[in-house]
Amino acid sequence: MTSYAPASARAARSASPHRAARSRARRRRALVWVADHAVAVGLACAFVGPIVFVMLTSVMTDQQSLSSDLWPRHWQWSNYTTVFRTAPFGTWLINTVVYAVAATGAMLLSSIPIAYALARFRFRGRNAAFLAVITMMMLPPQVLVIPMYLMWARLHLTGTIWPLVIPSLFGDAFSVFLLRQFLLTIPEDYLNAARVDGCSELRVLTRVVLPMMRPAVVAVGLFAFFNAWNDYYGPLIYTGETPAHWTLALGLASFKTSHAVQWNLTMAATLIAMAPVIIVFFFAQKAFIEGVTLTGVKG
Amino acid sequence: MSTLTATGTRSAGAPDAAPAPALRARHRRNRLRVLLFLAPGLVGFAVFLVYPLVMTVWLSFTNSNMISPAQFVGLRNYRFMLDSDPQIWQAVRNTGWLVVIMVPAQVLFALGVAMVTARLKAGAGLFRTLFYLPALAPPVAATVAFVCMFNPSSGPVNQLLGLVGIHGPLWFDSPSWSKPALTLLALWGSGTVMVIFLAALLDVPAEQYEAAELDGANPWQRFRYVTLPAISPVVLFATVTGVIAGLQYFTQAMVAAQVANGNIQAAPGYPNGSTMTFPEELYTSGFNQFHAGYACALAVVLFLVSMAFTLVLLRRASGFNPQETQETPL
Repeated sequence: MTSYAPASARAARSASPHRAARSRARRRRALVWVADHAVAVGLACAFVGPIVFVMLTSVMTDQQSLSSDLWPRHWQWSNYTTVFRTAPFGTWLINTVVYAVAATGAMLLSSIPIAYALARFRFRGRNAAFLAVITMMMLPPQVLVIPMYLMWARLHLTGTIWPLVIPSLFGDAFSVFLLRQFLLTIPEDYLNAARVDGCSELRVLTRVVLPMMRPAVVAVGLFAFFNAWNDYYGPLIYTGETPAHWTLALGLASFKTSHAVQWNLTMAATLIAMAPVIIVFFFAQKAFIEGVTLTGVKG
Repeated sequence: MSTLTATGTRSAGAPDAAPAPALRARHRRNRLRVLLFLAPGLVGFAVFLVYPLVMTVWLSFTNSNMISPAQFVGLRNYRFMLDSDPQIWQAVRNTGWLVVIMVPAQVLFALGVAMVTARLKAGAGLFRTLFYLPALAPPVAATVAFVCMFNPSSGPVNQLLGLVGIHGPLWFDSPSWSKPALTLLALWGSGTVMVIFLAALLDVPAEQYEAAELDGANPWQRFRYVTLPAISPVVLFATVTGVIAGLQYFTQAMVAAQVANGNIQAAPGYPNGSTMTFPEELYTSGFNQFHAGYACALAVVLFLVSMAFTLVLLRRASGFNPQETQETPL
């Protein structure tokens, strides 16, 4: 990389070409710095561009959103209230929040003990149990959808979001996997100290382990929340026929089609679906990134 | 990990001098505790995995239509799939296209972006945040936004292409450009893989690069002989999980067709069946045409293919290997 001349040649020459070589190297490094950052800025524009485009289009007038203008001439903020009047977005928003909150809470309640047992208890069949978790994680939901639908239909729960929430009460494979990976990094000595003090295993979990695994719990909780928030397939299967129980994702997918509106309203609706994710991400990005890293690095 | 068991009462290193009955009682207590912690998972495993999986296989040999009782019809659904389903091969080709072109494109793009980010001296954290952000956007919202951006009449993409003298294609309205458009959407949302790659790249010891440099390795050789071996488990992980996600590809294809076409009824696969994926075919068979038996036959095929890829992951990726944390079972 560096352009030092061989030692013998260097010794033979005076100091000045040596200095020239060093300044050449410095100039080269500066150029590389500029090139790297130019590429990064270009990529950043490509990644952020679509979101900015959605924002700008969402405040255009009907007429302007038909044109090829990129910048709104008149900022029509009322589009956001119009969206809620055009379609039952308020109901869909509430359904989505209920689904996401209930699914996340249920998942945490069930998955933390399972992950703890898989990471910390020794028992026959632990390997098999872990393989089952991986299998469930990798299994496409489409494989099981027909019998699941028939089962929920027999329980008269199709047409509601409950078939999407109730399974979370029984552990979510991805969350269990991620929590287990994190739990393995906690030194056993901490837990033993508590055990020596006479703590029951449940107390060890709630008093010692849980505070230590907060970052993982936050990451897993956020993932579960946004998985539910973003889910399209589940709500489509179970609530497709009953628009009163739709979620935002489902409502947004058919918004442009069923309400025959312009792009500006559609983009306002799109931003309503995106906004919570973007806002929460900026507050909790460390937890997100750590969580993602945890999935991959061990792989 | 320490070699201590989690049986609780034993202190570190103490010899196990408890008499046999007490030991047995402790074992029983231990087993009960394991059962208690795992109970929700065991119920979930039985009700939400084993039961529906068995039912899927059984229904695939029946003429179930979701309403009247199912009758055994042998291999008829599988024969129909291979011989007479007019749409299945197109769906297989489309999903195959996504797995062979979209998934590798996504992995390579994410690797490229991660390598650029790893080289940044200033603002690396900010750039990482911006690159990751779109991965969180709801797939439906991202798809609607892309259909709007790529729409041929007023969308900004073809306008920008026009500025440099390129007559843009019809994207989501063209049978030959709809899948490339979906691929661009996938690249936009590849931040998750990018973050995983970035963490792996930053884990490569700097001394190895320095040593390679002293040996006179050029940038390509340093990538080939230092970077790639170090990150290859992560690349494998990203590729296999990407393939499994590609096999499930549904939402974006469905929504893009719906929004671009403007008519929900005519939408699946629009334009001209070019976005009809295998899971969409399964969904349509089961929930629009109520051929539940046939949909289950498709589900069995999907199951076998994705399990084959999961096996690759299990055999090759160390983090998935349970032995890593395991000593002798109790």
